[in-house]
Amino acid sequence: MSEKFDAIVVGAGPAGNAAAIVMARAGMNVLLLERGEYPGSKNVMGAILYSNALEKIIPDFRESAPLERHIVEQRVWMLSEKGHVGGSFRSDEFNVEKPDRYAIIRVAFDRWFSNKAKEAGALLICDTVAKSLLQDDQGRVIGVKTDREGGDIYADVVVLADGVNSMLARQAGFRAELDPANTALVAKEMHFLPPDVIQSRFNIGEKDGVAIEMVGSLTKGKIGMGFLYTNKESIALGIGCMVGDFQEGGLTPYGLIDDLKAHPSIKPLLAGSEVKEYSAHLIPEGGYKAVPKIFGDGWVLVGDSAGLVNSIHREGSNMAMTSGRLAAETIRTLKAEGKPFSAANLSAYRKALDETYVIKDLKKYEGMPGFLHGNRQIFSLYPELMAGAAATMLKVDGVDKKTKEREIFKTFRQSRGLFGLLGDAIKFARAFR
Amino acid sequence: MTEQAKPASSRAKQDEALLAYKGVWVSIELERGHVHPVSWELIGKGRQLADTLGVPLSGILLAPPDAPIQETVADAHAYGADTVYVMADPILAEYRTQPYAKGMVDLIKKYQPEILLIGATTLGRDLASAVATDMETGLTADCTELDIDLSTRSMAATRPTFGGTLLCTIHTLKARPQMATVRPRVMPMPEHQQGRTGETIMAKLEIAEDDIITKVLSFIPDRDQDTAQLAFADYIVAGGRGLGKLENFQLLRDLADVLGAEIGCTRPIVQAGGMTIDHQIGQTGKTIRPKLYIAAGISGAIQHRVGVEGADCIIAINADPNAPIFDFAHYGIVGDALTILPALTDAFRRRLAAGQAGR
Amino acid sequence: MHVIVCIKQVPDSAQIRVHPVTNTIMRQGVPTIINPYDLFALEEALKLKDRFGAKVTVITMGPPMADQALRKALTFGCDDAILLSDRVFAGADTLATSYALASAIAKIGETQPFDLVFCGKQTIDGDTAQVGPGIAKRLGLNQLTYVWKIESLDINAREIVVQRRAEGGVQTLKTALPALITMLEDTNEIRFGTMDDAFRAARTELTLWNAAAAGVTDPSKCGLKGSPTQVKKVFAPPPRAVKATQIKGDSPAANAEHVIDALFSAHPGMQDDLRARTTQNP
Ligand SMILES: Cc1cc2nc3c(=O)[nH]c(=O)nc-3n(C[C@H](O)[C@H](O)[C@H](O)COP(=O)(O)OP(=O)(O)OC[C@H]3O[C@@H](n4cnc5c(N)ncnc54)[C@H](O)[C@@H]3O)c2cc1C
Ligand SMILES: Cc1cc2nc3c(=O)[nH]c(=O)nc-3n(C[C@H](O)[C@H](O)[C@H](O)COP(=O)(O)OP(=O)(O)OC[C@H]3O[C@@H](n4cnc5c(N)ncnc54)[C@H](O)[C@@H]3O)c2cc1C
Ligand SMILES: Nc1ncnc2c1ncn2[C@@H]1O[C@H](COP(=O)(O)O)[C@@H](O)[C@H]1O
Repeated sequence: MSEKFDAIVVGAGPAGNAAAIVMARAGMNVLLLERGEYPGSKNVMGAILYSNALEKIIPDFRESAPLERHIVEQRVWMLSEKGHVGGSFRSDEFNVEKPDRYAIIRVAFDRWFSNKAKEAGALLICDTVAKSLLQDDQGRVIGVKTDREGGDIYADVVVLADGVNSMLARQAGFRAELDPANTALVAKEMHFLPPDVIQSRFNIGEKDGVAIEMVGSLTKGKIGMGFLYTNKESIALGIGCMVGDFQEGGLTPYGLIDDLKAHPSIKPLLAGSEVKEYSAHLIPEGGYKAVPKIFGDGWVLVGDSAGLVNSIHREGSNMAMTSGRLAAETIRTLKAEGKPFSAANLSAYRKALDETYVIKDLKKYEGMPGFLHGNRQIFSLYPELMAGAAATMLKVDGVDKKTKEREIFKTFRQSRGLFGLLGDAIKFARAFR
Repeated sequence: MTEQAKPASSRAKQDEALLAYKGVWVSIELERGHVHPVSWELIGKGRQLADTLGVPLSGILLAPPDAPIQETVADAHAYGADTVYVMADPILAEYRTQPYAKGMVDLIKKYQPEILLIGATTLGRDLASAVATDMETGLTADCTELDIDLSTRSMAATRPTFGGTLLCTIHTLKARPQMATVRPRVMPMPEHQQGRTGETIMAKLEIAEDDIITKVLSFIPDRDQDTAQLAFADYIVAGGRGLGKLENFQLLRDLADVLGAEIGCTRPIVQAGGMTIDHQIGQTGKTIRPKLYIAAGISGAIQHRVGVEGADCIIAINADPNAPIFDFAHYGIVGDALTILPALTDAFRRRLAAGQAGR
Repeated sequence: MHVIVCIKQVPDSAQIRVHPVTNTIMRQGVPTIINPYDLFALEEALKLKDRFGAKVTVITMGPPMADQALRKALTFGCDDAILLSDRVFAGADTLATSYALASAIAKIGETQPFDLVFCGKQTIDGDTAQVGPGIAKRLGLNQLTYVWKIESLDINAREIVVQRRAEGGVQTLKTALPALITMLEDTNEIRFGTMDDAFRAARTELTLWNAAAAGVTDPSKCGLKGSPTQVKKVFAPPPRAVKATQIKGDSPAANAEHVIDALFSAHPGMQDDLRARTTQNP
């Protein structure tokens, strides 16, 4: 006999756990399905956790969540062949009583988050893959079919939190195929080092962490970014490019990460480390324009599955939690009012999402993906020019600063031309407006 | 191990009881008229341990009366045993845990050895666990080294752990006898000193057949098995993609016939339908521990390597001088397996022809 | 019919590292798995559930987080799971482990008599293969190790016939229930549980026993105190640096002669051993 739930959540990542907790707390009969052996086993994330979204679900998360280090210094580097130029923002502000961002390790974090869902009353089943959606003859989603014998499970509503591939929604024709030009493939390695070595290298205390975001020639002129985050006993290092660029540019994820590890600015930070884990994962980078329809008769899309990632600021898990929570709140209200989970009723979820930073931020950088595509030089030329300029200015060689400035401007103009420079500046400003 | 503050007297009493255990014993495995060579290897090792401790070395032999007991006892003395305890009884014809464990425990309780070494054969491991539990003593399995720590007069047993990725040294301080099992071909064979004599002590097996619940219905030797028993074979020849067409595997069968060896292969050969899965050697196939492994046309990928590293001697034949297999093989021949295999078959046939003079 | 399966949660040995300085095992962050050999024991027990409707109880002794191994075992289709966890068990060697497990299994037997206890051939972190026989000896179960096939099982006559791996061949044994079986590897393949199995696993409450609940009467026989063997040192084996000795020969025949010379001189006795084998079955 097949089972029936009020709601099935597919995927026990940040989005799925958030949705399951909110619905289970409302007394709903919730099934949380995860294909990995345990939550977090299949997930790859940098991983910086932004506290605001989680606080709205578990206010006292800091007391029990496995948090590696709270970030006290954020660096942004433009990498050139020989070095990097960049800025860093470090302030005691970060050391407030409730720090706003932490480095986490997803394997431990997801398991903790799913335990909270179980405590709230959700039924978690791992090692089980949702193969396809069950639909009635009007196309309304009435459950999921899993890869286990006798695996048809029914529910009034299905929350699709199955991550960037969003296989179930695509299969049911609810959304388009992944667009290689707007999906990044990121390779990541975990480098293990004794805590005291990490703390001395990054000049941080026992509980503090550093986050470095990188962009530059390393991705050989392709649109891509890298990151380095400090955990308690390991450093997460990652770099990625648009999938399309991998295909054309003959790049490979592990090739990119090997180059990054050999880069003069990165190598010393990893000296003596032991690589324990290599993984690669996709990130939706399409931004606002690529966000599909996120609700329908009997279903909603949350988190990566809805493409809700603001890659400019590396924000994904917070958007996943916020969208998971909002979808669940909409469902909870409809359930309480005894209303069906029709597309019309579920549209309230989208309206709620529009009011939050999730859609507002994505709208703000609406032009960015296009800008990045059209202006590849952002990733190769400018970092080189800026690094060259910094080197010229800082070298004490008896040449007066005025001459040096003229020289720097000449190199910029030669490579981009006066109008090119102006055009870039305007487009850049407009994209960041 | 933190030593609780035991009242002096009971600790002294316990130490005194331990001191009563003297001498080194080695279990001699005689089955179907054949002594497993690991027994002599352990007599050799036992002799060393006994000499370090200045105590006698004894063999312990459980066998049916019609087994070659005199010869075995004479060999035991020749290899270095001072005494051999013998329990002869028809019940012991086929190995069963209950009678063998009962016989051994009775002898241990009566003559109290401080060290008991048993060969890590399937018989030895089954027996050792039962005896160790009955004696409530420590048992260290598959040891690769055995020494004496003279400061405590206790045996330092070194063995692999975590599948061989690590080694650890273990002591049994407060229980006797200190038991250890050792795999065949780990310890060297001792010298057979013809004419060396020693004592023999007969003992009676205090158990009747109808007290024993388990009955042996049959025994089928490996040679007559239909499926290949690669995991337990002493000689194996194997082929990989380098042999090319599946017909070329006949060259492998010819060599195998001359050596009386089992035939194995790499996964691609099984996938191509050349051989059945029980012939596959490696991570998802069999792990082998033969005396000799001949690999023809095999590159030596890690997934194959993990299954063959236990072999005593690996001869690799590969056309590519820097094939990975040469990193862990003992002997390498760079060349075409299709011509080297027949040459090897002829050379072995000549060298092994019965009565061939000269070693 | 009631069958009990002992499983152990072990670190995935492929990822174990020795700390270069302190020589201790770096277990931090190493994922844990069900001891691979125990999966063959689990599958054999579940086959009895298929054939005879046997109830399958799975038990493990370990730290609280060993419940993950039990949860996983339940998804294959086991009915009950017991976690034996108590500080007094910590640091147990195989003798102390078999004492604790035997006490717990006897306790189970008081309310639910059992016919068979299954164990794996050995653990990949201990590799000792002693806990099974230890339990058998303490509970007076007939010990059947290295079993690769259950030939027949007659519940009413309380009789079982198995084929087990003996030295140089396969033995067929008949004995009475209750018995303890340790399964040889590659004898079966663990199944993928049905959806009902997964639901039952998620909804089953694990039974948590401490030493007292497990009927342990003498705690001094448990854990480190009850362990006669003590690990004094753990270290990485010396790497085998030597590469293959290349045989130099100008023809296949020359190569063959040279390699056989090298072989027989390095392994005295092999020539006679081979000669003895091949003359037996020419
Ligand atoms: C390398 C990298 C670094 C990143 N760094 C950051 C960062 O520093 N900060 C940040 O906020 N975000 C970061 N992100 C983005 C962030 O990881 C994602 O936005 C976030 O994980 C999305 O959560 P989710 O729950 O929607 O999807 P996921 O986290 O992908 O979770 C989906 C879950 O569903 C399961 N699943 C999938 N399909 C099925 C199925 N058919 N049946 C059952 N289960 C299924 C998966 O196993 C998975 O557990 C990073 C991403 C990557 C790849
Ligand atoms: C998860 C997993 C599990 C696996 N498990 C196993 C396993 O259990 N067992 C296993 O074997 N493999 C296993 N493999 C496959 C393994 O990785 C290798 O692919 C395989 O072992 C290679 O087989 P091979 O050496 O026959 O072929 P190849 O790697 O193609 O090697 C052929 C060799 O023959 C040499 N050669 C070519 N012509 C000649 C000639 N005329 N004379 C002499 N030499 C010649 C070549 O130089 C080459 O070195 C596994 C792989 C994976 C991913
Ligand atoms: N802690 C434990 N809990 C449950 N079963 C165990 C435990 N340790 C060992 N076993 C069982 O005993 C078998 C042999 O273990 P070992 O003697 O340690 O090699 C294993 O395959 C398990 O079936």
